[in-house]
Amino acid sequence: MNVQAWTFVIVGLSFALYIAIALWSRAKSTGEFYVAGGGVSPVANGLATAADWMSAASFLSMAGIISFSGYDGSVYLMGWTGGYVLLALLLAPYLRKFGKFTVPDFVGDRYASQVARIVAVVCALFVSFTYVAGQMRGVGVVFSRFLEVSIDTGVMIGMGLVLFYAVLGGMKGITYTQVAQYCVLIFAYLVPAIFISIQMTGNPVPQLGFGAAETGSGLPLLDRLDGLHAELGFAPYTSGSKSMVDVFFITAALMVGTAGLPHIIVRFYTVPKVRDARWSAGWALLFIALLYMTAPAVAAFARTNLIQTVSGKEHATLPEWVGKWEQTGLIRFDDKDGDGRVRYVGDAAANELTIDKDIMVLANPEIAGLPDWVVGLVAAGGLAAALSTAAGLLLVVSSAISHDLLKRALMPGISEHGELLAARVAAAVAVIAAGYVGIHPPGYVAEVVAFAFGLAASSFFPALVLGIFSRRMNAAGAICGMLAGLAFTSAYIVHFKFLAPETNNAAHWLWGISPEGIGTLGMLVNFAVAIVVARFTPPPSEEVQRLIDRIRVPRGAGEAHEISA
Amino acid sequence: MTSHPLPPRQRYWRRNVRLVALLLVLWFAVSYGAAILFAPWLNGIRIPGTGFRLGFWMAQQGSILAFVALIFVYARRMDRIEREEGLEERDEEGSR
Repeated sequence: MNVQAWTFVIVGLSFALYIAIALWSRAKSTGEFYVAGGGVSPVANGLATAADWMSAASFLSMAGIISFSGYDGSVYLMGWTGGYVLLALLLAPYLRKFGKFTVPDFVGDRYASQVARIVAVVCALFVSFTYVAGQMRGVGVVFSRFLEVSIDTGVMIGMGLVLFYAVLGGMKGITYTQVAQYCVLIFAYLVPAIFISIQMTGNPVPQLGFGAAETGSGLPLLDRLDGLHAELGFAPYTSGSKSMVDVFFITAALMVGTAGLPHIIVRFYTVPKVRDARWSAGWALLFIALLYMTAPAVAAFARTNLIQTVSGKEHATLPEWVGKWEQTGLIRFDDKDGDGRVRYVGDAAANELTIDKDIMVLANPEIAGLPDWVVGLVAAGGLAAALSTAAGLLLVVSSAISHDLLKRALMPGISEHGELLAARVAAAVAVIAAGYVGIHPPGYVAEVVAFAFGLAASSFFPALVLGIFSRRMNAAGAICGMLAGLAFTSAYIVHFKFLAPETNNAAHWLWGISPEGIGTLGMLVNFAVAIVVARFTPPPSEEVQRLIDRIRVPRGAGEAHEISA
Repeated sequence: MTSHPLPPRQRYWRRNVRLVALLLVLWFAVSYGAAILFAPWLNGIRIPGTGFRLGFWMAQQGSILAFVALIFVYARRMDRIEREEGLEERDEEGSR
């Protein structure tokens, strides 16, 4: 069988599995639709959270980004894992105790304010929708490369599948499909990594392999890589080129942003107890770490392999995969000096080879000459990553509309049946809208994703943490803080990304902080404004004080308004 | 005693906040400390038996391992604190 046949078989089998699970776990009530009835075991929720979290970007792009930026890529590794510590220690257990269904639920009730609720709904919609568009695009790219259909057809197939199990099963269907998707994606990530690690260093554990000696030269692999980089004029692999201040701020913005993302927070509403929320966060991060600790190893192997394969070679003698990717335009060779040899160097004026960083994971098995079925497996893994994240995000979009907007704000009298129907319709509309954006991408998806993190960091996170840890925090403080953080962060990003992109460099940035890292400062602005405003306005009511007492302690002794999901 | 919590609840909360603060200090030290602020200095040290420079390893491997450990330590300690204060969640709470 060739690559394409293997891909069809493996992707087909994985899709059949997801559909079977969706049929088995249909949602019958709003509780099941929004939070899977609150009955998911901590380990299963950890698996589902890991799949929910790891998107097409984590699976396909991250190792590529690290491969091309070395130490600088660590901001993603630390930023997208360290946020779980904040989540487990500062948010998850208390939000689980609060009960109910969504993040705007908490903001609205804790601050006893419809304005705060609406601000939270708008943020949740913006953040989630931005993300989902990117996932649909990822589905399209994988389909078009491996199944040789157009990107548009790929997006449609992906839409159809997500529509089927998200609309039918809600959170319950999504959760159990995500458990299966995690297994597919982690297997697909580890198999090639282990093969390549054995090939290059003789060590079957990639995390150890990339610290070992290279089989051919006997030098430590990372030293070899630093040497190659120095020779070709790239920034050193193990120390990078970004300023320390920027690395610090970007890492912080990603961590805090992660802790403030509604589709991750809502996963902790699905476990039965408060202590399950803590354990579940631990399991989730463990499962995430398995991929995130493999990625830097894959990155270092791929980088060494790539340089050795292309640098200084005759273009005509390059292996077959180079030509295949050249056809897609994702690898480009421009023979500037006309000698037919590939000059791959750090100096942009002399460099002749441009490689899109998104292809590294997909091309890796071919670069390393692995068997055909591994390529099919990687395609199935990439699809699992994109679909699981898209489904989780769509649920947030649908619950924000049917629960937060309709039930809690506009039509409080709506019946359970009506709300469930509204949730399904909203999910369906959201899938179609996301598919449309996936087929006609706005051309600045990457910028908008950075925006989503900055936004989550500078709006949700302070409002949630203060709502739990400060009794004095009131609606005026929280709303002013959220608006100040949002205004500051979006003004900075819009200025450098859209209004004056030509000045987007360290010389013009505030204290050397790039737009990717500005969410950290926005978060500090939010905290400062919220605390100052709250000092000069009346403290929250007795009722809110009781709510704070209730969420802080797992046992709800004597409280009449204990809410069960 | 309308809005004043009972002493065990107050004690529970204080122990929780103290534990969270301690773990967040460690969280900061392994990531922002070892992997960013002191990374150039730690890169002068090699992990014995491997080719890893310590600062780089902390940034791409060590900090992640530490994050996982921190959450599990927190979950374990909180289970114990809840038992000691008699505040663990009872089974009939939460649905199903």
